[in-house]
Amino acid sequence: MKILIKGGKVVDPAAKFEGVTDVLVADGRIAEVKANIKDPDALVIDARGKIVVPGLIDIHTHLREPGHEEEETIASGTKAAAHGGVTSIFCMPNTHPPLDNAPAVEFVLLKAQKEGHVNVFPIGCITKNSAGEELAEIGVLKKAGVIAVSDDGSPVMNSQVMRRALQYTKMFNLPVISHCEDKNLTKGGAMNDGHTSMVLGLRGIPKQAEEIMVSRDIMLAELTGGHLHIAHVSTAGSVELIRQAKARKTNVTAETCPHYFSLTDEEVKNYGTNTKMNPPLRSAEDIEAIKIGLADGTIDCICTDHAPHTEEEKNKEYDLAPFGIIGLETMLGITITELIEKKVLTWAQAVEKLAVNPARIFGLAGRGTLKPGSIADITIIDPEREYSFSEKDFVSKSKNSPFIGRKLKGFPETTIVGGRIAWPLKE
Amino acid sequence: MTLQRKDLLGLEHLDAKEIETILNTVPPFKSLFTRSIKKVPTLRGKTVVNLFYEPSTRTRTSFEIASKRLSADVVNISVASSSVVKGESLIDTGKTLEAMKADIIIIRHGLAGAPAVLARNLHASIINAGDGFHEHPSQGLLDLYTIREKKKRLKGLKVLLVGDILHSRVAKSNIWGLTKLGAEVRVSGPPTLIPSRITDLGVKVFYNLDEALKDVDVVNILRIQLERQQENLFPSVHEYIELYQVTANRLRAAKPDVMIMHPGPMNRGIEISSEVADGPNAVIYEQVTNGIAVRMAILYLLSGKKKAI
Repeated sequence: MKILIKGGKVVDPAAKFEGVTDVLVADGRIAEVKANIKDPDALVIDARGKIVVPGLIDIHTHLREPGHEEEETIASGTKAAAHGGVTSIFCMPNTHPPLDNAPAVEFVLLKAQKEGHVNVFPIGCITKNSAGEELAEIGVLKKAGVIAVSDDGSPVMNSQVMRRALQYTKMFNLPVISHCEDKNLTKGGAMNDGHTSMVLGLRGIPKQAEEIMVSRDIMLAELTGGHLHIAHVSTAGSVELIRQAKARKTNVTAETCPHYFSLTDEEVKNYGTNTKMNPPLRSAEDIEAIKIGLADGTIDCICTDHAPHTEEEKNKEYDLAPFGIIGLETMLGITITELIEKKVLTWAQAVEKLAVNPARIFGLAGRGTLKPGSIADITIIDPEREYSFSEKDFVSKSKNSPFIGRKLKGFPETTIVGGRIAWPLKE
Repeated sequence: MTLQRKDLLGLEHLDAKEIETILNTVPPFKSLFTRSIKKVPTLRGKTVVNLFYEPSTRTRTSFEIASKRLSADVVNISVASSSVVKGESLIDTGKTLEAMKADIIIIRHGLAGAPAVLARNLHASIINAGDGFHEHPSQGLLDLYTIREKKKRLKGLKVLLVGDILHSRVAKSNIWGLTKLGAEVRVSGPPTLIPSRITDLGVKVFYNLDEALKDVDVVNILRIQLERQQENLFPSVHEYIELYQVTANRLRAAKPDVMIMHPGPMNRGIEISSEVADGPNAVIYEQVTNGIAVRMAILYLLSGKKKAI
């Protein structure tokens, strides 16, 4: 099928291009990018007034299948991604069973092929069962198709094990995605340690619990030369540590999530559990530092850490509710409203965080750009549309979002994956 | 007189006027206690449920007696012998009680925010009888009442809270109430047991008890809560006694008519010496008596409110 996207403003920083033009898609690839393309066989999408970007790549999601299909499945999670304008997602290995063996990885890839609405790239475990003790069979996992390794959900507490992981992965060119948390400092903690945690009587999670491990992991990356990628950066201190490491040319990259540049821990005031995630919401100063870190390139990627949980799981005492919020469907809206509209990032810089850098850092050839010849993963955005989501507007199986009811600007209207329209859904 | 509120979850969001309304409602209920028939028909026909997830002598009995003196029908649920042991959730437990048309649910729970979960899911009035480290509003109110009754004022009074402030819901409710009514609040304990941000609430921190005691009017002594300790918050009970036990000797730094309070239960010989507990300055048992009257006032004021939702 051919698709002709007419008159949209193409923002393709990887091709150093930004301007109003047409895009022709054929055979799953970008065939042409130029003005006034004519092709009578193509399905025409009128993109006047819209922004046309390389398909968004969310490098941090939890799809819950296998094991917790009541929260989300590969089918429902990828559908939510398509709704959010996301054309590729990386899924974390903390499923049940975990992705620490080849059959489990192959299951995810086959399921995604059969039922997925967007591209799915599995992440394998660093250690067996993510227990932090013995390396997983990383070579086998690489062969099975993982694009990185992570024990996300957990840190690798033992420094020697983390060191070996950073060394061993060098031969496979696999980034080690680190969930930075000193579990001894966070034990029993439910939210950021500060004024609000004191007032609410909840045990706090100090910022230093993240920063201590960011610092340690950077030093281990420097010791070994391995590729360290810091997951879900949430504090000003972490941003500064990464900035200094990059200045020393350390092989480190980093990501953050929309809630860390839009919500503070004051959101917790009524014990609403859609404010509970790990790392937790921090302070206004941290939000500022993360915005600066995005603008100056310290933080490379924006992702969601999409973590679905059912209503029964979340509707309880704050301490007992699981950590995590969904994010696939609000990532673009929050990024546009909080960063582009507020002039923290330009459209081109936002596309770098959402598509270009994810593709480059994780070696996704042919993605993150609309250069002719690249894979036709495309997101078409209405930059002016204002909207808000109620619970029933979410396509994800789970509705645990702190952004319900929040006014957003900028809507992903059309999502094209491999040259076919993934959203809107065919009736 | 009513409080325009469905629930009493804490003192943080009450203003000084609301607190004073509650305190001013207490005396007629207290005067009942010396009569031979200690009962009024105010809450006749209302169903009050005590839902206690943690052990309690004072608070539960106090709420039960308060409800009965108001002629309410009282049901006590002790969680250990309820379906909670079968894994029933807090919300389902609450909804079950609501289906039985409970008017008021008094909940004590080990986790902060549990009363808030019930308050937003149920139509019944919810009274927080202590939730984790968050608040214990009826204790805060009875402490305020006791101080005001004896000292005739709160404004400008020097009040010291001693002990494990970090884990103390009594301390938090006291701090909210006292500061809203203009008292000068001090806290004392080891740095590991005092939240670093407590000064945000307008209190002065003293790690040295003798310094803290200088010239105070009221000392409210908190039990060292052994069941809520995490490791290494203080090295030993022996050391705690050395540094923080309130003794008659230490109290010489305070005003001669210093008033000694304790929410109970006491660890005699640990945070408080028996000499002080049984001495002439202590009002510990008056606190208990006042507790019933204060809880009657709370129940009366909440039951008058038209239910929200």
